[in-house]
Amino acid sequence: MFCLKGKSLITINVNEEDYELLIRPSDILLDTLRNQLGLTGAKPGCNNGDCGTCTVLVNGWPVKSCLMLTAEAVGKKITTVEGLKAAPIQKAFIEQFAFQCGYCTSGFLMVCHALAGIHPDPPDIVIDEWLQSNICRCTSYEEIGTAIRTVLDGKIE
Amino acid sequence: MGSIGVGKTVIRKEAWEKVTGQAKYTDDFISNHILTAQMVTSTYAHAKIQNIDISSASSLPGVKAVLTGEDYPVLFGQLIEDHPPLARDKVRYYGEPVALVVADSAFTAAKAAAMIHVLYEPLPVINSPLQAVDTNAPLVHEKMIMYQIVKEDIYPNYDTNICDQKKIRKGDAEKAFEQCDVIVEAAFHLPQSDHIAMETRSAQARIDASGTVYIKSASQSPFSIKKIISKIFHLDQSKVIVEVPFVGGGFGGKAPVQLEILAYIASAAVGGRAVRLTNSRENDIVSSPCRMGLEAKLKLGASKDGMLQSVQMKYLVDTGAYSDIGPTLTKAIIVDCTGPYKIDNVHCDAFCVYTNHPYVTSYRGFSHASSAFCIERMMDKLAQKLNMDPAELRYKNALCPGCTSPTQVKITSSNFGNLNSCILKLKEIINWSEGTRMKVEENIIRAKGMACLWKTSNSPTDAVSGVFLTFNPDGTINLNCGCVEYGPSMKTTAAQILSEKLKMDINHISVNMDVNTKYSPEHWKTVASMTTYMLGRAVLRAAEDVIRQLTSIAAVALHCPREDLEVAEEKVYVRHDPSLFLPFKELVHGYKFLNGNAVFGPILGQGSFIMNDLNILDQETGKGKSGPFWTVGAQAVEIEYNKKDYTYRFIKAATVIDAGRVLNPKMAEGLIKGGMCMGLGLGSRESFSYDEEARVLDTSLRTYKVMHFGETPEYLVSFIETPQIDAPYHARGIAEHGIIGIPAALGNALSLAAQAEFDELPLVPETIWRMKTGGIL
Repeated sequence: MFCLKGKSLITINVNEEDYELLIRPSDILLDTLRNQLGLTGAKPGCNNGDCGTCTVLVNGWPVKSCLMLTAEAVGKKITTVEGLKAAPIQKAFIEQFAFQCGYCTSGFLMVCHALAGIHPDPPDIVIDEWLQSNICRCTSYEEIGTAIRTVLDGKIE
Repeated sequence: MGSIGVGKTVIRKEAWEKVTGQAKYTDDFISNHILTAQMVTSTYAHAKIQNIDISSASSLPGVKAVLTGEDYPVLFGQLIEDHPPLARDKVRYYGEPVALVVADSAFTAAKAAAMIHVLYEPLPVINSPLQAVDTNAPLVHEKMIMYQIVKEDIYPNYDTNICDQKKIRKGDAEKAFEQCDVIVEAAFHLPQSDHIAMETRSAQARIDASGTVYIKSASQSPFSIKKIISKIFHLDQSKVIVEVPFVGGGFGGKAPVQLEILAYIASAAVGGRAVRLTNSRENDIVSSPCRMGLEAKLKLGASKDGMLQSVQMKYLVDTGAYSDIGPTLTKAIIVDCTGPYKIDNVHCDAFCVYTNHPYVTSYRGFSHASSAFCIERMMDKLAQKLNMDPAELRYKNALCPGCTSPTQVKITSSNFGNLNSCILKLKEIINWSEGTRMKVEENIIRAKGMACLWKTSNSPTDAVSGVFLTFNPDGTINLNCGCVEYGPSMKTTAAQILSEKLKMDINHISVNMDVNTKYSPEHWKTVASMTTYMLGRAVLRAAEDVIRQLTSIAAVALHCPREDLEVAEEKVYVRHDPSLFLPFKELVHGYKFLNGNAVFGPILGQGSFIMNDLNILDQETGKGKSGPFWTVGAQAVEIEYNKKDYTYRFIKAATVIDAGRVLNPKMAEGLIKGGMCMGLGLGSRESFSYDEEARVLDTSLRTYKVMHFGETPEYLVSFIETPQIDAPYHARGIAEHGIIGIPAALGNALSLAAQAEFDELPLVPETIWRMKTGGIL
């Protein structure tokens, strides 16, 4: 455990690069990513952990960056949508029409990408549980389900 | 190999930007020197403002300005100018903005907002539309008579809470009821709910040294922002420049103007510095406009063979504290009040009433999901009383060419399509004939319900669209239009239409994703499922314009008459000898002869469109034409109901839409399915509930529940294609329609399953339990 008192200089690793930042102890990761690093792929949707538009990966696991303090990111590897390098799920989302307005997309991509890495062969119930963390208001969700399944089935180059 | 034209699946133009985090939405444009505004909102639904103490907030370091309603005593509104940007004298709904803090950071702004103390004197609240029309009801707007009315067809009833009334009088409903063999009557209660676009509303404003105002906004209506801000603040329209980047979902909720005005006054208060104002989810739900509530009483009569004879309807639209687009929502109800059925005798009264609820605006379906719930539940009640298959009743009464609509518009195959084909196809895909109610195991009932839908538009009679085309020297095209991309892929549709007309690879057509009112031709608003029609017509005209110019230049260069020339695959060629041709790149920047002489100049194409045969409805009878066409369809929902615990789950949801022509099949299917998903949410869970003081209780996504992954049914979507002759490649608008009949189809399925009459929404297990047990444990 480390302790921050007042504004402090910290280093966090995002998309495999180290960044030295001045933060308040109360700063949330979402705001730091967007306002200080200009990584606006993670979106604010509710700032309450209900919608998942702000999802990023922390050591490979999806985390709602509105519910995580920036200080908690020290020593961990953060991946945002900008850090996805031609991940199969990105192509799958395009081919399956798994987004319309695109605002929830970054968050869903991060959840799906992590799911494919952590559970390469999940039963449907696991997919449902993982993806229930996020909200999409445009699609019917079926498209997103098809996209993740095409990735899990290795149908994407 | 590129793709040409319409009718095949095309990946949306901005696809890669949206899966890489590169697509920028309004609040993604952050700079270090931009100030942050935060609103302070009302804690009462109806109260006099006795005092607002801003002293401690104002003196907080980092606070640049604090504004209250007294600073800008103006009123705005798209139909009735009844709305102060910040509440003055009194608040009319819970969550209404009463003060605005401008500070150097969101952190400081939040701190200052908490230090503003408002002293209220509570007033009695209007907590339902029925209360609003009580004879002794307190008034939400005491000075309605002083308000400026912007549109000609608004009929307020002064000294009441009724801000508009619309009527249909067709045939003689009263007399026709005397001839009816079967009559059903019911009352419906449909609450307000919310859009929940994933991007909350957001606006930025700055004012430069010349006084030019720059607004950036998450809006469906950049040109309305320009007009409204220039009007209320007395600025030339050329001095208000509105830019809209990608928008994270609209559903009608981003069609009105609100935060843009607040951002403008915030910027004005700090010498024109750039200010950003982004809604928290909570503010987005209650402070910004929501979806209308509706109370209705219907009486429907038929002869014993099931032919509809007469209908009488009374609707109360809960427009909330301000009118916004409420009167047009009310008009939309009456225009299509019979559902897509032939009823010759119609008596319909619809009132738009103020309450102390959050104010309402357009929402996907534009009141049709609500009015369809009422009429489609009535159809099932009637079918039950007639002992007739509900699908057959609908089939028998479906409108067809030669009939007239409630507003006495003649129905044609082109303007209406073919509802009966939709019904037949729906029966097939949902397997209607296997039976609509089946016991599958102890306590588990499987049931199907259906509903038909139709919708026309209610735009201004002179709504416009436009397109500019420019060429790059290599012959590729830039398409510039004023419609906003908030999801339904309208920019890609525009490119497809151009690609079809020019027989040109769609990958060589680029479309501006952002809109800037300074450079983009005006497009009325990106709403009403009218973009394909209006923008598409403008695209076709622009394409004809460039074809004319290309062939004129090529005629000179190829020494042949213009009429012998054809345009395709980025070439102009001689029809009878295609080996004689010139590629676009040798023509689009003028033509240069071998000796260096040049003629003509860069090709600049333009096309515009205006609605041309719409009119104002007659005040007494409703006669008139409100939209250029209808889109019709039939929908069904299949559920599994558990008699023991009053729960149910979705098994299937099906839609058949007469799309005229499907331009982009996978996209079209996605739009319909997305609409169905939203409709299932509306039917099964979404609503505002209020406490006794009319305060909304569901102000976050923790308590306001929408559909989630894994809760959805199997979706079945099918299209009928009856050409709409005047539409681009015969395509009707379909973006809203997936939602319209779903709550009704669910209501019908559940009423059948539980053998009870569900005439309210949402249909949560508690509603079913209350209905089945009388609420006694």
